[in-house]
Amino acid sequence: MAGNQPIAITPLGQAPPSKGGATGNGMPMQWLTTRVDDFVNWARGNSLWPLTYGTACCGIEVMSVISSHYDLARFGAEVIRFSPRQADLLIVAGTVVDKLGPVLKTVYQQMPDPKWVVAMGACAASGGFYRAYHVMQGIDEIIPVDVYVPGCPPTPEGLIYGILELKKRIERGETRPQIATREWAARNAAREATREATREAVRESVRV
Amino acid sequence: MSDSEVKSGLEAAGEADEAAALPEPVTARLLKAELGTAVIGTSMAFGDLAIQIRREALVSAARQCRDHPELQYDYLMDVGAVDHLGRTPRFEMVYNLYSLRFRHRVRLHVQIPEEDPTVDSLIDLWSAADWFEREAWDLMGIRFRGHPRLVRILTHAEFVGHALRKDYHPAERHRLSRTYDLFTEDQAGAPPDGASSG
Repeated sequence: MAGNQPIAITPLGQAPPSKGGATGNGMPMQWLTTRVDDFVNWARGNSLWPLTYGTACCGIEVMSVISSHYDLARFGAEVIRFSPRQADLLIVAGTVVDKLGPVLKTVYQQMPDPKWVVAMGACAASGGFYRAYHVMQGIDEIIPVDVYVPGCPPTPEGLIYGILELKKRIERGETRPQIATREWAARNAAREATREATREAVRESVRV
Repeated sequence: MSDSEVKSGLEAAGEADEAAALPEPVTARLLKAELGTAVIGTSMAFGDLAIQIRREALVSAARQCRDHPELQYDYLMDVGAVDHLGRTPRFEMVYNLYSLRFRHRVRLHVQIPEEDPTVDSLIDLWSAADWFEREAWDLMGIRFRGHPRLVRILTHAEFVGHALRKDYHPAERHRLSRTYDLFTEDQAGAPPDGASSG
Protein backbone atom coordinates (compact mmCIF):
# COMPACT_ATOMS: atom_id res chain seq x y z
CA MET A 1 0.00 0.00 0.00
CA ALA A 2 1.59 3.22 -1.09
CA GLY A 3 1.35 5.98 1.47
CA ASN A 4 1.01 9.69 1.10
CA GLN A 5 4.35 10.59 2.60
CA PRO A 6 6.59 12.54 0.27
CA ILE A 7 9.88 11.08 -0.80
CA ALA A 8 12.66 12.21 1.55
CA ILE A 9 15.82 13.27 -0.24
CA THR A 10 18.67 14.82 1.65
CA PRO A 11 19.64 18.12 0.06
CA LEU A 12 22.84 18.26 -1.94
CA GLY A 13 25.98 19.02 -0.02
CA GLN A 14 24.60 18.11 3.36
CA ALA A 15 26.80 15.99 5.58
CA PRO A 16 26.02 12.31 5.69
CA PRO A 17 23.79 11.38 8.60
CA SER A 18 26.26 8.93 10.06
CA LYS A 19 29.97 8.13 9.94
CA GLY A 20 29.31 4.82 8.33
CA GLY A 21 27.81 6.52 5.31
CA ALA A 22 30.98 8.30 4.25
CA THR A 23 32.18 7.38 0.82
CA GLY A 24 35.81 7.87 1.67
CA ASN A 25 36.51 10.17 -1.24
CA GLY A 26 35.69 13.37 0.57
CA MET A 27 32.35 13.82 -1.17
CA PRO A 28 29.19 14.02 0.92
CA MET A 29 26.90 11.07 0.37
CA GLN A 30 23.37 11.45 -0.96
CA TRP A 31 20.53 9.69 0.83
CA LEU A 32 17.16 8.69 -0.39
CA THR A 33 14.78 6.88 1.84
CA THR A 34 11.42 5.84 0.45
CA ARG A 35 9.37 2.83 -0.49
CA VAL A 36 9.61 1.12 -3.84
CA ASP A 37 5.97 1.95 -4.64
CA ASP A 38 6.49 5.64 -4.00
CA PHE A 39 9.69 5.72 -5.97
CA VAL A 40 8.17 3.96 -8.96
CA ASN A 41 5.10 6.20 -8.89
CA TRP A 42 7.31 9.27 -8.73
CA ALA A 43 9.27 8.04 -11.73
CA ARG A 44 6.15 7.17 -13.69
CA GLY A 45 4.48 10.48 -13.00
CA ASN A 46 7.51 12.37 -14.20
CA SER A 47 8.11 10.40 -17.37
CA LEU A 48 4.79 10.00 -19.11
CA TRP A 49 5.15 8.92 -22.72
CA PRO A 50 2.17 10.27 -24.61
CA LEU A 51 0.68 8.62 -27.66
CA THR A 52 -0.74 11.09 -30.14
CA TYR A 53 -4.34 10.60 -31.14
CA GLY A 54 -5.32 13.89 -32.73
CA THR A 55 -8.51 13.68 -34.77
CA ALA A 56 -9.61 17.31 -34.85
CA CYS A 57 -8.64 20.84 -33.86
CA CYS A 58 -7.58 19.67 -30.38
CA GLY A 59 -4.64 18.02 -32.13
CA ILE A 60 -3.37 21.49 -33.04
CA GLU A 61 -3.36 22.44 -29.36
CA VAL A 62 -1.45 19.27 -28.50
CA MET A 63 1.16 20.22 -31.08
CA SER A 64 1.36 23.60 -29.44
CA VAL A 65 1.76 22.03 -25.99
CA ILE A 66 4.66 19.83 -27.04
CA SER A 67 6.39 22.61 -28.95
CA SER A 68 8.90 25.01 -27.49
CA HIS A 69 6.56 27.77 -26.32
CA TYR A 70 4.49 25.68 -23.90
CA ASP A 71 7.11 22.93 -23.77
CA LEU A 72 5.61 19.85 -22.19
CA ALA A 73 9.20 18.64 -21.69
CA ARG A 74 9.22 20.73 -18.51
CA PHE A 75 7.00 18.05 -16.99
CA GLY A 76 8.78 15.05 -18.43
CA ALA A 77 6.09 14.17 -20.95
CA GLU A 78 7.79 15.24 -24.14
CA VAL A 79 8.65 11.82 -25.54
CA ILE A 80 5.78 11.61 -28.01
CA ARG A 81 5.43 8.05 -29.24
CA PHE A 82 3.82 6.99 -32.47
CA SER A 83 3.40 3.37 -31.47
CA PRO A 84 1.00 2.35 -28.70
CA ARG A 85 3.52 -0.29 -27.62
CA GLN A 86 5.86 2.44 -26.42
CA ALA A 87 3.37 4.78 -24.78
CA ASP A 88 1.62 4.90 -21.43
CA LEU A 89 -0.49 8.04 -21.86
CA LEU A 90 -3.20 8.22 -24.51
CA ILE A 91 -4.24 11.80 -25.24
CA VAL A 92 -7.45 11.56 -27.24
CA ALA A 93 -7.55 14.99 -28.82
CA GLY A 94 -10.59 15.45 -30.98
CA THR A 95 -13.86 14.03 -32.21
CA VAL A 96 -14.20 10.25 -32.23
CA VAL A 97 -16.88 8.99 -34.58
CA ASP A 98 -18.54 5.61 -34.14
CA LYS A 99 -16.72 4.37 -37.21
CA LEU A 100 -13.41 5.01 -35.45
CA GLY A 101 -14.46 3.36 -32.19
CA PRO A 102 -12.95 -0.10 -32.77
CA VAL A 103 -9.66 1.48 -33.85
CA LEU A 104 -9.44 3.60 -30.70
CA LYS A 105 -10.21 0.57 -28.57
CA THR A 106 -7.52 -1.48 -30.34
CA VAL A 107 -4.95 1.27 -29.86
CA TYR A 108 -5.80 1.45 -26.16
CA GLN A 109 -5.56 -2.32 -25.76
CA GLN A 110 -2.17 -2.36 -27.46
CA MET A 111 -0.66 -0.03 -24.86
CA PRO A 112 1.26 -1.81 -22.09
CA ASP A 113 0.11 -1.45 -18.49
CA PRO A 114 0.01 0.77 -16.55
CA LYS A 115 -1.63 3.20 -18.93
CA TRP A 116 -3.64 6.37 -18.62
CA VAL A 117 -6.11 8.21 -20.83
CA VAL A 118 -6.75 11.93 -21.13
CA ALA A 119 -9.99 12.88 -22.90
CA MET A 120 -9.11 16.27 -24.32
CA GLY A 121 -11.83 18.66 -25.39
CA ALA A 122 -15.60 18.62 -25.46
CA CYS A 123 -15.86 16.01 -28.22
CA ALA A 124 -13.68 13.36 -26.61
CA ALA A 125 -15.28 14.02 -23.23
CA SER A 126 -18.94 14.12 -24.24
CA GLY A 127 -19.39 14.26 -27.99
CA GLY A 128 -19.38 18.04 -27.80
CA PHE A 129 -21.77 19.75 -30.14
CA TYR A 130 -22.01 16.63 -32.28
CA ARG A 131 -25.18 15.29 -30.71
CA ALA A 132 -25.79 13.25 -33.81
CA TYR A 133 -25.95 9.86 -35.42
CA HIS A 134 -22.25 9.47 -36.10
CA VAL A 135 -20.26 10.68 -33.07
CA MET A 136 -19.44 8.83 -29.88
CA GLN A 137 -20.90 10.72 -26.92
CA GLY A 138 -17.62 10.64 -25.01
CA ILE A 139 -14.83 8.10 -25.42
CA ASP A 140 -15.64 6.62 -22.00
CA GLU A 141 -18.28 4.65 -23.86
CA ILE A 142 -15.50 2.27 -24.90
CA ILE A 143 -12.33 2.98 -22.90
CA PRO A 144 -11.73 4.22 -19.33
CA VAL A 145 -10.73 7.86 -18.91
CA ASP A 146 -8.56 9.28 -16.11
CA VAL A 147 -8.70 13.00 -16.80
CA TYR A 148 -11.21 15.05 -18.76
CA VAL A 149 -9.99 18.38 -20.09
CA PRO A 150 -12.90 20.66 -21.02
CA GLY A 151 -12.78 23.24 -23.79
CA CYS A 152 -13.40 23.53 -27.49
CA PRO A 153 -10.54 23.23 -27.95
CA PRO A 154 -8.92 23.52 -24.51
CA THR A 155 -6.09 26.02 -24.22
CA PRO A 156 -2.55 24.62 -24.02
CA GLU A 157 -2.58 25.64 -20.36
CA GLY A 158 -5.71 23.55 -19.93
CA LEU A 159 -4.06 20.43 -21.30
CA ILE A 160 -0.95 21.04 -19.19
CA TYR A 161 -3.16 21.39 -16.11
CA GLY A 162 -4.83 18.11 -16.98
CA ILE A 163 -1.51 16.30 -17.39
CA LEU A 164 -0.18 17.79 -14.14
CA GLU A 165 -3.34 16.65 -12.38
CA LEU A 166 -2.78 13.14 -13.73
CA LYS A 167 0.87 13.31 -12.68
CA LYS A 168 -0.14 14.26 -9.13
CA ARG A 169 -2.56 11.39 -8.90
CA ILE A 170 -0.02 8.92 -10.31
CA GLU A 171 2.50 10.01 -7.68
CA ARG A 172 -0.10 9.44 -4.97
CA GLY A 173 -0.93 6.05 -6.45
CA GLU A 174 -4.58 7.01 -6.89
CA THR A 175 -5.15 6.18 -10.53
CA ARG A 176 -7.22 3.34 -11.85
CA PRO A 177 -4.42 0.97 -13.00
CA GLN A 178 -2.46 1.51 -9.79
CA ILE A 179 -5.47 0.73 -7.63
CA ALA A 180 -6.17 -2.33 -9.74
CA THR A 181 -2.60 -3.54 -9.31
CA ARG A 182 -2.73 -3.12 -5.54
CA GLU A 183 -6.03 -4.94 -5.33
CA TRP A 184 -4.60 -7.72 -7.47
CA ALA A 185 -1.56 -7.98 -5.19
CA ALA A 186 -3.76 -8.05 -2.08
CA ARG A 187 -5.90 -10.81 -3.53
CA ASN A 188 -2.77 -12.75 -4.43
CA ALA A 189 -1.37 -12.34 -0.93
CA ALA A 190 -4.61 -13.52 0.65
CA ARG A 191 -4.71 -16.53 -1.65
CA GLU A 192 -1.10 -17.35 -0.86
CA ALA A 193 -1.78 -17.06 2.88
CA THR A 194 -4.64 -19.52 2.57
CA ARG A 195 -2.44 -21.93 0.64
CA GLU A 196 0.34 -21.62 3.20
CA ALA A 197 -2.10 -22.31 6.03
CA THR A 198 -3.27 -25.42 4.20
CA ARG A 199 0.31 -26.57 3.65
CA GLU A 200 1.10 -25.99 7.30
CA ALA A 201 -1.92 -28.02 8.35
CA VAL A 202 -0.78 -30.87 6.11
CA ARG A 203 2.72 -30.73 7.56
CA GLU A 204 1.26 -30.85 11.08
CA SER A 205 -0.82 -33.87 10.25
CA VAL A 206 2.20 -35.71 8.79
CA ARG A 207 4.31 -34.94 11.84
CA VAL A 208 1.68 -36.50 14.08
CA MET B 1 -24.05 25.92 -83.54
CA SER B 2 -23.80 29.65 -84.00
CA ASP B 3 -22.02 31.94 -81.64
CA SER B 4 -25.16 33.97 -81.07
CA GLU B 5 -26.98 30.97 -79.65
CA VAL B 6 -24.16 30.25 -77.25
CA LYS B 7 -24.13 33.88 -76.27
CA SER B 8 -27.85 33.98 -75.57
CA GLY B 9 -27.50 30.95 -73.32
CA LEU B 10 -24.68 32.56 -71.38
CA GLU B 11 -26.58 35.81 -71.02
CA ALA B 12 -29.64 34.03 -69.73
CA ALA B 13 -27.56 32.26 -67.11
CA GLY B 14 -25.96 35.52 -66.00
CA GLU B 15 -28.97 37.78 -65.57
CA ALA B 16 -31.15 36.51 -62.79
CA ASP B 17 -33.63 39.30 -62.30
CA GLU B 18 -34.21 39.75 -66.01
CA ALA B 19 -34.73 36.07 -66.63
CA ALA B 20 -38.36 36.48 -67.51
CA ALA B 21 -37.61 39.07 -70.14
CA LEU B 22 -34.89 37.02 -71.79
CA PRO B 23 -35.48 34.40 -74.46
CA GLU B 24 -35.76 30.84 -73.23
CA PRO B 25 -32.31 29.38 -72.41
CA VAL B 26 -30.76 27.12 -75.00
CA THR B 27 -30.68 24.15 -72.64
CA ALA B 28 -34.36 24.36 -71.82
CA ARG B 29 -35.35 24.79 -75.44
CA LEU B 30 -33.22 21.92 -76.70
CA LEU B 31 -34.21 19.52 -73.95
CA LYS B 32 -37.89 20.23 -74.56
CA ALA B 33 -37.40 19.63 -78.26
CA GLU B 34 -35.52 16.38 -77.71
CA LEU B 35 -37.50 14.91 -74.83
CA GLY B 36 -40.99 16.32 -75.21
CA THR B 37 -43.22 15.60 -72.26
CA ALA B 38 -40.33 14.15 -70.22
CA VAL B 39 -39.53 17.75 -69.34
CA ILE B 40 -42.09 18.78 -66.74
CA GLY B 41 -41.02 22.37 -66.35
CA THR B 42 -38.16 24.83 -66.23
CA SER B 43 -37.36 27.69 -63.91
CA MET B 44 -34.68 30.28 -63.37
CA ALA B 45 -33.44 31.37 -59.97
CA PHE B 46 -30.47 33.66 -59.38
CA GLY B 47 -29.27 33.09 -62.91
CA ASP B 48 -29.31 29.31 -62.66
CA LEU B 49 -31.52 27.17 -64.78
CA ALA B 50 -33.42 24.29 -63.18
CA ILE B 51 -35.26 21.66 -65.17
CA GLN B 52 -37.81 19.22 -63.78
CA ILE B 53 -37.45 15.84 -65.44
CA ARG B 54 -39.70 12.81 -65.25
CA ARG B 55 -38.05 10.03 -63.29
CA GLU B 56 -38.12 7.56 -66.18
CA ALA B 57 -36.43 10.03 -68.51
CA LEU B 58 -33.50 10.99 -66.28
CA VAL B 59 -30.85 9.01 -68.10
CA SER B 60 -31.94 10.11 -71.57
CA ALA B 61 -32.12 13.73 -70.40
CA ALA B 62 -28.69 13.50 -68.83
CA ARG B 63 -27.32 11.89 -71.95
CA GLN B 64 -28.72 14.73 -74.06
CA CYS B 65 -27.15 17.26 -71.73
CA ARG B 66 -23.79 15.56 -71.97
CA ASP B 67 -23.69 14.67 -75.67
CA HIS B 68 -25.69 17.35 -77.46
CA PRO B 69 -23.14 19.48 -79.36
CA GLU B 70 -24.80 22.70 -78.23
CA LEU B 71 -24.95 21.73 -74.55
CA GLN B 72 -21.88 19.62 -73.72
CA TYR B 73 -22.49 19.40 -69.98
CA ASP B 74 -19.41 17.29 -69.46
CA TYR B 75 -18.97 17.85 -65.73
CA LEU B 76 -21.25 16.35 -63.08
CA MET B 77 -20.50 18.76 -60.26
CA ASP B 78 -22.77 17.47 -57.55
CA VAL B 79 -25.60 15.12 -56.81
CA GLY B 80 -27.94 15.91 -53.96
CA ALA B 81 -30.93 14.27 -52.38
CA VAL B 82 -33.64 16.33 -50.68
CA ASP B 83 -36.14 15.08 -48.12
CA HIS B 84 -39.39 17.09 -48.29
CA LEU B 85 -40.99 15.30 -45.36
CA GLY B 86 -44.76 15.65 -45.45
CA ARG B 87 -44.89 16.40 -49.15
CA THR B 88 -45.81 13.96 -51.92
CA PRO B 89 -43.59 12.91 -53.56
CA ARG B 90 -41.31 12.99 -50.56
CA PHE B 91 -37.83 12.88 -52.07
CA GLU B 92 -36.10 14.82 -54.78
CA MET B 93 -32.80 14.26 -56.56
CA VAL B 94 -30.82 17.24 -57.80
CA TYR B 95 -28.06 16.91 -60.37
CA ASN B 96 -25.76 19.89 -60.89
CA LEU B 97 -24.20 19.96 -64.33
CA TYR B 98 -21.56 22.26 -65.75
CA SER B 99 -20.15 22.67 -69.22
CA LEU B 100 -16.44 23.32 -69.37
CA ARG B 101 -16.81 24.19 -73.07
CA PHE B 102 -19.62 26.78 -72.76
CA ARG B 103 -19.29 27.57 -69.06
CA HIS B 104 -22.98 27.25 -68.38
CA ARG B 105 -24.79 25.35 -65.66
CA VAL B 106 -28.05 23.51 -65.24
CA ARG B 107 -29.77 21.61 -62.48
CA LEU B 108 -31.84 18.55 -63.24
CA HIS B 109 -34.55 17.84 -60.66
CA VAL B 110 -36.24 14.47 -60.32
CA GLN B 111 -39.11 13.75 -57.91
CA ILE B 112 -38.87 10.43 -56.07
CA PRO B 113 -41.84 8.84 -54.29
CA GLU B 114 -41.35 7.56 -50.75
CA GLU B 115 -42.80 4.10 -51.40
CA ASP B 116 -40.32 3.42 -54.20
CA PRO B 117 -37.20 5.57 -53.68
CA THR B 118 -35.48 4.38 -56.83
CA VAL B 119 -33.92 6.17 -59.75
CA ASP B 120 -31.59 5.17 -62.55
CA SER B 121 -27.88 5.52 -61.89
CA LEU B 122 -25.89 8.01 -63.94
CA ILE B 123 -22.64 6.15 -63.42
CA ASP B 124 -22.48 5.14 -67.07
CA LEU B 125 -22.50 8.79 -68.12
CA TRP B 126 -20.27 10.27 -65.44
CA SER B 127 -18.08 8.04 -63.29
CA ALA B 128 -18.19 10.86 -60.72
CA ALA B 129 -21.71 9.70 -59.94
CA ASP B 130 -20.32 6.65 -58.13
CA TRP B 131 -19.59 8.19 -54.73
CA PHE B 132 -22.34 10.81 -54.97
CA GLU B 133 -24.92 8.08 -55.40
CA ARG B 134 -23.44 5.96 -52.65
CA GLU B 135 -23.70 8.97 -50.36
CA ALA B 136 -27.33 9.55 -51.33
CA TRP B 137 -28.05 5.88 -50.62
CA ASP B 138 -26.18 5.95 -47.33
CA LEU B 139 -27.72 9.08 -45.86
CA MET B 140 -31.07 9.40 -47.63
CA GLY B 141 -31.91 5.86 -48.71
CA ILE B 142 -32.33 6.53 -52.41
CA ARG B 143 -31.62 3.45 -54.49
CA PHE B 144 -29.86 3.74 -57.82
CA ARG B 145 -30.73 1.18 -60.43
CA GLY B 146 -27.63 0.02 -62.28
CA HIS B 147 -25.05 1.15 -59.75
CA PRO B 148 -22.42 -1.61 -59.57
CA ARG B 149 -21.65 -1.35 -55.85
CA LEU B 150 -24.27 0.61 -53.97
CA VAL B 151 -22.91 0.32 -50.41
CA ARG B 152 -22.61 2.81 -47.60
CA ILE B 153 -19.79 5.30 -48.00
CA LEU B 154 -19.80 7.54 -44.90
CA THR B 155 -21.49 5.68 -42.07
CA HIS B 156 -20.09 2.35 -40.94
CA ALA B 157 -20.95 -1.17 -42.03
CA GLU B 158 -23.28 -1.92 -39.11
CA PHE B 159 -25.28 1.29 -39.40
CA VAL B 160 -29.04 0.91 -39.67
CA GLY B 161 -31.27 3.42 -41.41
CA HIS B 162 -30.54 6.59 -43.32
CA ALA B 163 -29.32 9.34 -41.06
CA LEU B 164 -30.19 12.50 -43.00
CA ARG B 165 -33.85 11.65 -43.45
CA LYS B 166 -35.94 14.17 -41.58
CA ASP B 167 -37.63 11.47 -39.51
CA TYR B 168 -34.33 10.01 -38.26
CA HIS B 169 -33.98 10.83 -34.59
CA PRO B 170 -30.75 12.76 -33.92
CA ALA B 171 -29.93 10.74 -30.81
CA GLU B 172 -30.29 7.39 -32.55
CA ARG B 173 -26.91 5.73 -32.89
CA HIS B 174 -25.43 2.42 -33.89
CA ARG B 175 -22.19 1.16 -32.37
CA LEU B 176 -19.63 -0.50 -34.58
CA SER B 177 -18.50 -3.78 -33.05
CA ARG B 178 -15.27 -4.28 -34.99
CA THR B 179 -13.22 -2.91 -37.84
CA TYR B 180 -14.10 -3.81 -41.40
CA ASP B 181 -11.88 -4.12 -44.42
CA LEU B 182 -13.26 -1.53 -46.81
CA PHE B 183 -12.32 -3.44 -49.93
CA THR B 184 -12.77 -7.12 -49.18
CA GLU B 185 -15.57 -7.40 -46.65
CA ASP B 186 -19.23 -7.17 -47.48
CA GLN B 187 -20.82 -3.96 -46.34
CA ALA B 188 -24.47 -3.28 -45.82
CA GLY B 189 -25.64 -2.49 -49.34
CA ALA B 190 -28.89 -1.58 -50.97
CA PRO B 191 -31.40 -4.37 -51.44
CA PRO B 192 -31.51 -5.71 -54.97
CA ASP B 193 -33.91 -4.13 -57.46
CA GLY B 194 -37.47 -5.22 -56.92
CA ALA B 195 -37.06 -5.95 -53.23
CA SER B 196 -39.17 -3.96 -50.84
CA SER B 197 -37.56 -0.74 -49.72
CA GLY B 198 -36.17 -0.71 -46.22
